[in-house]
Amino acid sequence: MERILRIQNLSLTREGRKILENVNLVLNSGQVHALLGINGSGKSSLAYSIMGCEGYSPDSGKIIYDGQELNKLSITERARLGITLAWQEPARFEGIPVGKYVGLGLKKPDRQKVINALKAVALPAKVYGYRSADKTLSGGERKRVELAAVYAMRPRLAILDEPDSGVDIISLDDISRLIRNLAEEGAAVLLITHRKDFVDTADVASLMCAGTVIFTGDPHETRLFFEKRCIPHVEALGTQPWNESLPEVQAAFASNGELRSSNK
Amino acid sequence: MTQSSNRKHASGESPAWAQEMTQILDAYKLAGGDPEALQLPKVATLVINTNHILAVHEIPGVVIHAEPLENGVRADITVEPNTKVEQPIHLCFGVVPADGVQDIIANYEIGENATAQFLAHCSFPNAVHVKHNMKAHIHVSKNASLTYTEEHFHGENGGVEVYPFSEVMVDEGGQFFSTFALTRGRIGLLSIDYQVYAAANAVVKMTTKAYGFADDKVKVNEVVHLDGEKARGLTLSRVAVREHAVSQIFTTMEGNAAGARGHMDCTEIVRGQAVAHNTPLVVVRNDQAQVTHEAAIGSVNQKELEALMAKGLDEDEAVDLIIRGMIR
Ligand SMILES: Nc1ncnc2c1ncn2[C@@H]1O[C@H](COP(=O)(O)OP(=O)(O)OP(=O)(O)O)[C@@H](O)[C@H]1O
Ligand SMILES: [Mg+2]
Repeated sequence: MERILRIQNLSLTREGRKILENVNLVLNSGQVHALLGINGSGKSSLAYSIMGCEGYSPDSGKIIYDGQELNKLSITERARLGITLAWQEPARFEGIPVGKYVGLGLKKPDRQKVINALKAVALPAKVYGYRSADKTLSGGERKRVELAAVYAMRPRLAILDEPDSGVDIISLDDISRLIRNLAEEGAAVLLITHRKDFVDTADVASLMCAGTVIFTGDPHETRLFFEKRCIPHVEALGTQPWNESLPEVQAAFASNGELRSSNK
Repeated sequence: MTQSSNRKHASGESPAWAQEMTQILDAYKLAGGDPEALQLPKVATLVINTNHILAVHEIPGVVIHAEPLENGVRADITVEPNTKVEQPIHLCFGVVPADGVQDIIANYEIGENATAQFLAHCSFPNAVHVKHNMKAHIHVSKNASLTYTEEHFHGENGGVEVYPFSEVMVDEGGQFFSTFALTRGRIGLLSIDYQVYAAANAVVKMTTKAYGFADDKVKVNEVVHLDGEKARGLTLSRVAVREHAVSQIFTTMEGNAAGARGHMDCTEIVRGQAVAHNTPLVVVRNDQAQVTHEAAIGSVNQKELEALMAKGLDEDEAVDLIIRGMIR
């Protein structure tokens, strides 16, 4: 099991607001690592920081991938090192056929790989291959196309931002299998999800709260903790415990005997 | 009226004719046309080089009358009522020489309940000083449907001035779908002027696509009058300009009757020193009509760019792919 990504004390401010604070996280090749957290806890922001999206370069901290620091690299350079991201709400493209889009990350054009990737998300190439990846695709179809594009690339690190949301129940099994295949073929998968079954079948899970990773451990345990403690806590506060109350929240977690510390 | 299924050649099949035909077909191919389609017996065609009518082919229900003018051709094309034209009617207008003026006066009459598609290619592959004026009058009768696709190729010199003017009347329940594309080679100067009048329950959709560079100029003025109840109109403008090119897109949508619905949608991508303008004008004269518009002018969408870069494309490749997709 190879440690492919190490995030150290990563902090990010956007428009004067702290979005990520001292995030520490390690991802291993061949593992599905689930990332949980309530809406607005910073999961997508962390994904964009790893990918190198505009406006998400950290104020401090390091992202080390395969021994190399990523902070100065462009999205393209990161992608060429094997990192890719399936967006929570993927962009729409006028005039770019689904088949072409799915094949973009391939080193050389390969029709069969595109067909197989579409099949992996239960989209028949015959029906979808020549359609545009534009507004006419439904939300769920577009998400599956995005996953197929990631899958076709065979990345070494796949960040999947809620690949399950908006996808019908019948196709969820295919997606779950695709995620497992990615890991079995050696990729590290960072899986952002709100689905119980997706968390429980992961190899490891981390919990984000108020812009930081507060816990990493057994997926089932992490999920139970999230459900029992995190959500009621937010309900009690009426809002997310942002910056000022963060130490207090962390202290509350730390005082819980069952908890393990996050993987610094 | 001419006989159906009759392939006529204005100047017979002389060697000079054959040579000119070969040249215009090469030009036609450069504009994206398929010369083989022009030979199919089921396909109605009209082929014109400057003011020479090189080929006219009619099919049942499609009547083409063409006559030379001093600097061009006048063409009257009629699709008879209730005719369903299966294969698109192919039109080829070109100027093969480097210099010349071409005036095309075209009248399209689509009879009641008829359905027809036109595929027009205008090609000026060697143009250094070519001026092409097109004056079209299009009448889409009651419950008829016309799909008109026009692709241009203006060569690589930028020496073309093209002035397409169309007046389109769409009667009750009629449909008019048009696409104008100039996305290969230079543009030179393109100045489009469309006036469309839509009666009750008529549907109008007009798409304009252009890619300008060097000192190309694109000017589009489209006016859609939604005059009848429940008439619907949509204009889509997709333009990319780079280097010193300039685009000016003016669209007007008038909602003049109850239940009329109109929308104008403009995307222009600007690179380098190029300049893009967009002026949508909304006029509503009935309190039950509604017209909306949206526009995105400038750089490519950041999210689209990043999604492509996350697949390993560099920024230039990604921008190019987005532009090519948009004007496809
Ligand atoms: N440009 C910005 N300016 C200010 N705040 C921002 C900006 N972008 C994001 N945020 C905030 O950062 C926080 C984290 O957002 P993020 O999208 O990372 O959350 P998330 O955990 O992915 O949530 P969800 O489960 O809803 O997808 C949110 O509170 C959001 O409002
Ligand atoms: Mg998110």
